[in-house]
Amino acid sequence: MRWRADKHTPFLLLSPAILTILFVVAIPLAFSLYTSLTPYKLTKPDTINTFIGLRNYERLLDDSKFWWAFGRTILFLTIALNVEFLLGLGIALLINRITWGQRALRTIMMFPMMFSPILVGFQFKFIFNDNIGILNNALHGLGITDGAIAWLVDKPLGMMSIIFAEVWMSTSVFAILLLAGLFAMPRDPLEAAKVDGCNPWQVFRHITLPFIMPFAFIAMTIRSLDVARAYDIVDVMTGGGPAGRTELLWTLIARVGYDNAKMGQANAMAYVSTLLSILFTYYFFTKLVAARRYMGGAA
Amino acid sequence: MSTSVKKQAMSVGTWAATFILMVIMGVPGLWVILSGFRPNREILAKPAIWIPQDLSLDNFRSIFGLGDAQVAIPVLSYFSNSMIIALTSTGIALLIGMSGGYAFARFRFRGKNSLFLGLMLSRAVPGIALSLPVFMIWSKLGLIDAKAGLIIVYVALNVPFTIWLIDGFFRQIPKEMSEAAQVDGCTRWQAFWKIEFPLARSGIASAGVFAFLTSWNEYALASQLTRSTDSKTLPVGLMDFTAQFTIDWAGMCAMAVIIIVPALILTFLVQKHLIAGLTFGGVKG
Repeated sequence: MRWRADKHTPFLLLSPAILTILFVVAIPLAFSLYTSLTPYKLTKPDTINTFIGLRNYERLLDDSKFWWAFGRTILFLTIALNVEFLLGLGIALLINRITWGQRALRTIMMFPMMFSPILVGFQFKFIFNDNIGILNNALHGLGITDGAIAWLVDKPLGMMSIIFAEVWMSTSVFAILLLAGLFAMPRDPLEAAKVDGCNPWQVFRHITLPFIMPFAFIAMTIRSLDVARAYDIVDVMTGGGPAGRTELLWTLIARVGYDNAKMGQANAMAYVSTLLSILFTYYFFTKLVAARRYMGGAA
Repeated sequence: MSTSVKKQAMSVGTWAATFILMVIMGVPGLWVILSGFRPNREILAKPAIWIPQDLSLDNFRSIFGLGDAQVAIPVLSYFSNSMIIALTSTGIALLIGMSGGYAFARFRFRGKNSLFLGLMLSRAVPGIALSLPVFMIWSKLGLIDAKAGLIIVYVALNVPFTIWLIDGFFRQIPKEMSEAAQVDGCTRWQAFWKIEFPLARSGIASAGVFAFLTSWNEYALASQLTRSTDSKTLPVGLMDFTAQFTIDWAGMCAMAVIIIVPALILTFLVQKHLIAGLTFGGVKG
């Protein structure tokens, strides 16, 4: 067969990609692992040669700031991703029912996807601003509130505002991919189920949902690749403050590594967050591959 | 009778829910864009001025240093840095992605699936976590505050996703077409350029748009790897405004408009291909 004539061709074609990833991701990550085993501080360059084993990681175990940020990150991701999925599903089902003006609606739906995370953060910093923000102005104007609500300062509100910004930015990804799934769905099984006397919920639960799940996994995989973009949002909106109330793992890494110059410690934290992201992506990727097999695609 | 009433209520409900959702999705962004054309005193006014009275391009003039107001933020060089970095890294990522995507779409080889997974996982590393070792290595190589430093990083960020998309687009083209061309005497390279590449071109273009936007919007790495007007990009420059004692909301909104406009245009151009690429490449594998 001509197609397999040369065993080395695919690797030759892939070598630029592999070399780039090695140089920019793999080697730096190995270096990061080494650094996390030293007390390296940017202000004392020699400290990179001192090997202290796992002491940075041990220190993390006792570090309450780290665990708070860790827990907050998990909570943040759990809430944000679930809300995004449910909202995205709801929007996709809604738009799928609407026949008139559907194209325009889909375009509006793409709107948040065009905003970079840094802009989304800035936009909601502007809107949630206690003094001049449109939200407080509207609430005040409608006579719902008297004083200004400190959306970004208050303890639960700060976190909620950030989750809102994240959900605003990323729900579209789910909505668009799930809608693509609904469009690709064959009509026959739906008709057959209706003829057989299934109620709308049963049709949804046993036919629609299984069919669009692979699309949900694509969305989840794409999202898991860029969840850390939430760093940009938090950095603009609150910078992790006030008093660490909105500190996520990623803002804590930046603070320890760059502001406090404790690179060794920061690299240990970064390693934990990297593993977290990789596990997360791996999980959804295997789900995606399984769903693909189930659909009968040639994986 | 009652079923038709129920149906009507359902359709009114559908429209109301859709309307509310679209307002939530559209208004925040539009409000920022609108504010980019309003003077600061109107934005800061108490009680709030809801209907803009005074729309002008003054904010843009002043952030580009054309107005009377002295502004210390060199938006023009941030803009050109962003353009140069995003365009160059997109071009390189597309070349690498085409060659890699073609290999995944057209060849069987050992370790194919794990290699694909490995590429994807490399993309999963959080930007800020990656920035620490890259910062240390780049400062040894003299790549801090250099456009080349960011370009290299962005190429690596974009390669996995570009490969995913382009792989999907090449798979949509039947293998038989290029096989037939080869039977007719084309070399494999000619078959690629004359048949497969033209057919996949629009898909490749949308992968390019995706890569461009990733670079254009990136902040976590850029904020640590850039220092001055030599390499600072627009997203990093946006933070200059908050570093000042009082936030210049009008200026920031104007800068937001400058960041969003290229993204808006590009996304509109390729939205159809983008959705097709993501779903096809993912589902049909």
